Amino acid sequence: MEVLITGVLLSGTYALIAMGLTLQYGVSRIMNLATGETLVAACFGAFWFYTALNVNPVLGVLLVAPLAFVLNWAIYALLLEPLVKRAKNRGQLEVDSILSTFGLMFLFQGFMLLGFGGEYFSYTFLSTAFVIMDHPFGLNRVVAFAAAVVIAGVLYLFLNHTRYGTAIRAVAVDPVSAGLVAIDVSRASAFAFALGGALTAAAGVLLSTFYTFNASMGVIFTMKALIIVIMGGVGDVRGAVLAALILGLAETAVATYLDPGLTLAATYLLFVVTLLFRPQGIFGRAPS
Amino acid sequence: MITMNDTEKRIGLIAAAVIAVVACLPLADDGYYLSLGVNIAMYTALCTAWTLFSGPTHYISLATAAFFGIGTYAVGLGIDVLPFPLLVLIGAIVSAGVAGLVGIATLRLSGVYFVIFTLGLAELIRQLVTWWQTNFTSGVGLYVFTDFTEAHIYWMLLALAVVVYITGWLVNRSRLGFAMRIIGNDETVAGHVGIDTARAKVALFVISGAFIGIAGAILAPRFAYIEPPGAFNPILSFQVVIMALLGGTNRLWGPIVGVIPFTIVFDLVSAQFPNHTSLLMGGCFLLVVYFIPNGILGRVEGLVRRLRPARRKADVPAAASEASHAEGPA
Repeated sequence: MEVLITGVLLSGTYALIAMGLTLQYGVSRIMNLATGETLVAACFGAFWFYTALNVNPVLGVLLVAPLAFVLNWAIYALLLEPLVKRAKNRGQLEVDSILSTFGLMFLFQGFMLLGFGGEYFSYTFLSTAFVIMDHPFGLNRVVAFAAAVVIAGVLYLFLNHTRYGTAIRAVAVDPVSAGLVAIDVSRASAFAFALGGALTAAAGVLLSTFYTFNASMGVIFTMKALIIVIMGGVGDVRGAVLAALILGLAETAVATYLDPGLTLAATYLLFVVTLLFRPQGIFGRAPS
Repeated sequence: MITMNDTEKRIGLIAAAVIAVVACLPLADDGYYLSLGVNIAMYTALCTAWTLFSGPTHYISLATAAFFGIGTYAVGLGIDVLPFPLLVLIGAIVSAGVAGLVGIATLRLSGVYFVIFTLGLAELIRQLVTWWQTNFTSGVGLYVFTDFTEAHIYWMLLALAVVVYITGWLVNRSRLGFAMRIIGNDETVAGHVGIDTARAKVALFVISGAFIGIAGAILAPRFAYIEPPGAFNPILSFQVVIMALLGGTNRLWGPIVGVIPFTIVFDLVSAQFPNHTSLLMGGCFLLVVYFIPNGILGRVEGLVRRLRPARRKADVPAAASEASHAEGPA
């Protein structure tokens, strides 16, 4: 029971990271391998706001996420859109975007190493016990989970019940046809990329309330986010949430019953099973 | 059996002469320059082995550190009981086996899946090795005591690089190489003309992985003390990718054009500004994507073509292969 709840609480943050990447890859067609660095940068942002300016991290989301939105929009417009325009086909865009986001990954990492060094950081926020079904859990984890649920809910409403959200989903399904019905595909792509970055940053802020982080751990989160997105089916937000839940539970179970050093192995096992049996993801349709 | 035309014979002779000169380095210096030479020889072998697979397929493999670590560990685990050459062979076989498994799981799918899978592979194996060592053996580290000096390692790496080049040359003129060129140009077409694309890719990935495993095994004596984080260092995978792309992957010998300057610069930067190496790597990645997509070699070849319009006709095959590089996997 305890494992179940811990796993669910962890999966809330994972779901946000994966939704961010889902928007970026599903709509903008950019496989953003710097997503873990965006997350860690947001951790540092929240840390700085909290320790220097005494800003409550839950409110810190409202500061860091818009910043990430603007920054990611700039990255898309300046660095990635030229690649989209240059690419002759999807394969070339794939290779180019992988390489350029690797470049971004190392740049972000380099700047964070310069600014904060290689040490581990953490801060105490709401580290009191919160009892669910006779088991104590960190209140910070519960609050982070609740905030993640709220953010995910708002995103769901936006994508499914507003005009622009529908346009974004249309671009995800078929950019060419979306252009034919007067959707500004290039602007929608930029918007989705920026929104995805903002979601990732929000996840980072929430994560920093209960997690110890350092400048060079982004790659691990990139891995997890990518695996969740692929498990869920590329571009499918529901799939991302479900996959995040599975991953959060699997990791917690392995860490509790086997060994904390084997969580990545558990993640990989899920990944391999997905690739071998359902490469299109849980909700994805098989390519025609 | 293997026939060579006059140009190939001439290139072979020149290459042999260059290798003979390069092999004399340990006689001239056994300090800093030899150590730099070992690094250059190592990256040359690694990048060329990487290009063997990634050059024609355009799949970006980040599994280098995984294969390298497997080779290193094969030597570290067995050095007290088995002779060194046998351990190198074991390292090669295990790396090839892992490459085969990874290839079967991912190479049927598009390039993104492959990149993601190989991105964490070294980390995964590192975790498994650490877990196994802490739970079932006495300690995490392994000592490797041998009689090898830096010069021996240098010569072995040089020999490995030569073998990789020869293998690449043989693959290029074999059925497999021909199949790879068609796959690189257009995978759909390759499938339609009856090439088993997945099998060809897996075969080449296995060859490339085996060579990287051998390189790891050869370098194990240099480390003397082996721990999982050092043996499976993920940075190595990225370094190999960026050096190969910097040089250019259209030709088998392209990577060496990137290896030499990058190794020297990286060496200087990591000695003087250890916190700036990430920035250097990031800068190089962006440089390659935005300014030299076909590598330094591609740039030079383009320049040569423009300066010698009279020889246009002779250069048509080169232009075709460059155009094919720009398209990438479908």
